Amino acid sequence: METETNAQAKEMSGSSMLIKALACEDVDVIFGYPGGAILPTYDEIYKTGIRHILARHEQGAIHAAEGYARVSGKPGVCIVTSGPGATNVVTGIADAMIDSLPLVVITGQVATTVIGTDAFQEADMIGITMPITKHNYQVRSVDELPRIIKEAFHIATTGRPGPVLIDLPKDVSLATGLFDYDKEVDLPGYQPTIIPNKLQIRKVVDSVTAAKKPVILAGAGVLHAKASEELAQYVEQQQIPVVNTLLGLGSFPGEDELHLGMAGMHGTYTANMALHEADLLISIGARFDDRLTGNLAHFAPNAKVAHIDIDPAEIGKNVPTEIPVVGDAKEALKMLIEEEGERGEHQEWKTWLSGLKEEYPLWYVQDGETIKPQHLIEKIYEVTKGEAVVTTDVGQHQMWSAQFYKFNHPNQWVTSGGLGTMGFGFPAAIGAQFAKPDKPVVAIIGDAGFQMTAQELSILQELNLPIKIMIVNNAALGMVRQWQQLFHGERYSNSLFPVQPNFVKLAEAYDIKGMQVNELHELESALKEMFDYPGPVLMDCRVAKQENVYPMISPGKGQHQMEGVKP
Amino acid sequence: MKRTITALVNNTSGVLNRITGLFARRHYNIESITVGVTENPSISRMTFVVNADQMENVEQVIKQLNKQVDVLKVKDITDEAIVARELALIKIVASTAQRGEIAALVNPFRASIIDIGRESMTIQITGDHPKVEAFIDLLRPYGIKELARTGITAFNRGHKKPLNDSYRLTLIN
Repeated sequence: METETNAQAKEMSGSSMLIKALACEDVDVIFGYPGGAILPTYDEIYKTGIRHILARHEQGAIHAAEGYARVSGKPGVCIVTSGPGATNVVTGIADAMIDSLPLVVITGQVATTVIGTDAFQEADMIGITMPITKHNYQVRSVDELPRIIKEAFHIATTGRPGPVLIDLPKDVSLATGLFDYDKEVDLPGYQPTIIPNKLQIRKVVDSVTAAKKPVILAGAGVLHAKASEELAQYVEQQQIPVVNTLLGLGSFPGEDELHLGMAGMHGTYTANMALHEADLLISIGARFDDRLTGNLAHFAPNAKVAHIDIDPAEIGKNVPTEIPVVGDAKEALKMLIEEEGERGEHQEWKTWLSGLKEEYPLWYVQDGETIKPQHLIEKIYEVTKGEAVVTTDVGQHQMWSAQFYKFNHPNQWVTSGGLGTMGFGFPAAIGAQFAKPDKPVVAIIGDAGFQMTAQELSILQELNLPIKIMIVNNAALGMVRQWQQLFHGERYSNSLFPVQPNFVKLAEAYDIKGMQVNELHELESALKEMFDYPGPVLMDCRVAKQENVYPMISPGKGQHQMEGVKP
Repeated sequence: MKRTITALVNNTSGVLNRITGLFARRHYNIESITVGVTENPSISRMTFVVNADQMENVEQVIKQLNKQVDVLKVKDITDEAIVARELALIKIVASTAQRGEIAALVNPFRASIIDIGRESMTIQITGDHPKVEAFIDLLRPYGIKELARTGITAFNRGHKKPLNDSYRLTLIN
């Protein structure tokens, strides 16, 4: 370590400022990929020895940063070079934006002297990422670098979290200036409301007292606010059943009696019927995505809607709201618990719902030796005792995981919800493992998505991360195939994979244990072997190819019009 | 319905781009937009006129604008007491014989003739939107050769200021 970086004279280069600022922000791991424009920063990484995980593609780096952010609750940091390096992280930035994950993305940029001349490896990252970042910066002078980094971390992690991009021209990273990181962040245009309005909270309390059929919709905002305990306490106090959004899974114990499961397109019948029949809907940190609501004309038709969200723009965006509550979910729940109000038992409502739960559970038929994917997920749940961090891509395997792995803890479920990004799950698992080194991490992914970021097997090999990769292999783009079957006359246009790589050999090529399971009777012992093995394992599990995700709300239908509910 | 929205924003490069980009990607149509620096050189004022089907859409525009870090304050001032002005430059066909007649139109509107050519005249008018519209309609029969209009720029009337405020001379549109 260089001693002068600790000296009081703080004259230093932009790149050393950056690394120093990351240390001040308590960043312990960076995911990235070097290149020309970011070389001075990488030189600094070399000199200071800060922990840097070298991905094999920038997309892998940023998804890993997302996984890290989701599980640790700290901002994920990703550093890449200009031009192609930067454009390769665009998907991950958009993914983090729509799923509200805190990221600080640093992209190299060509020197300020040639910006705008179509210089080698130049891309207008400010223009490109403006719509998909919470905020972005191009550093014009080394003097503003400390302020910008400080603001970037502040913006990424406060209010509704999101990705912030810092575009760092090469000459700025080489220039020297004074490093002053003590100044307070001063952003008059950015003042998120944390504490909810007391009157509005009172209105929620009164509505709960008046309600006969209340339901809570808990979204990822509960997780971002670290408010799971408060939610559990509030539910215990008021006896209100809870449904989750896809991203909110784990914010309330999946095995709790009052948990009705996930709502939405592939949610449980009970959760969707609860929303349909409710006379009071308290949404906490959920944004009423169309995959959740189905046809808005039929969404919660009888319910008075109370919407608690830290982002005022989400309130009333899709669903008309009677009681808007702007604020942090934790603070809101604390106030709700304190206000208490009259405690209802809602016994009739709860009885009706638990009846539905019993009568219409999630279901599948496991017959013969072909492994049903739902059964596979149930078995993973059993073998990991429900304690694993689960990451997924998008698609059938994602929905089966959401349905059949019961998430009892916050931040053990990492999935690409809003953007629906293939190739997300595996690199996200890498970030998740860094966030929770002692937890079992399993990437449940499709055979198609895995092939989008499979090159990150190198990281597992290099660092011997004990991640388990479960390929739910149906030799198809499963959800695409399902939709083609249901809505496109079984014309499977380019969704079936006639040729598959030998995934076991692929794993072995990276010096990773590879396994393949074809039949039901092998499954249990294979899973035990996989999860008992101390290092990384890739399992290629061949599942029933024609299996569909049910129940389902078809596009344009309302939540009460589910198909494929247990016969 | 037309709504007039003002936003105070940081006067840094790219902010206009941020704002218009936000409108474009959320499918809000901007009818007019004006930008200029305020009494504080680090702050600019933007005035938009947007055409929205429903009030909820306008609220959503304002909320989305408020989320921008560089946006300091947003207000829908349509239903408030405001002063609003736009500027139009109108070049019309004007023979020597018509000049006097046109000059007579200019006066009551407090417009001004700012250029005279052999066969044309250019007139400048400032005022609120209906006034500018009315004036252009009046000139139309002469034949409009060129027309350039700014959008509306506006802010609240100084209702908190004392009535004898010398800056409150807004009786003439």
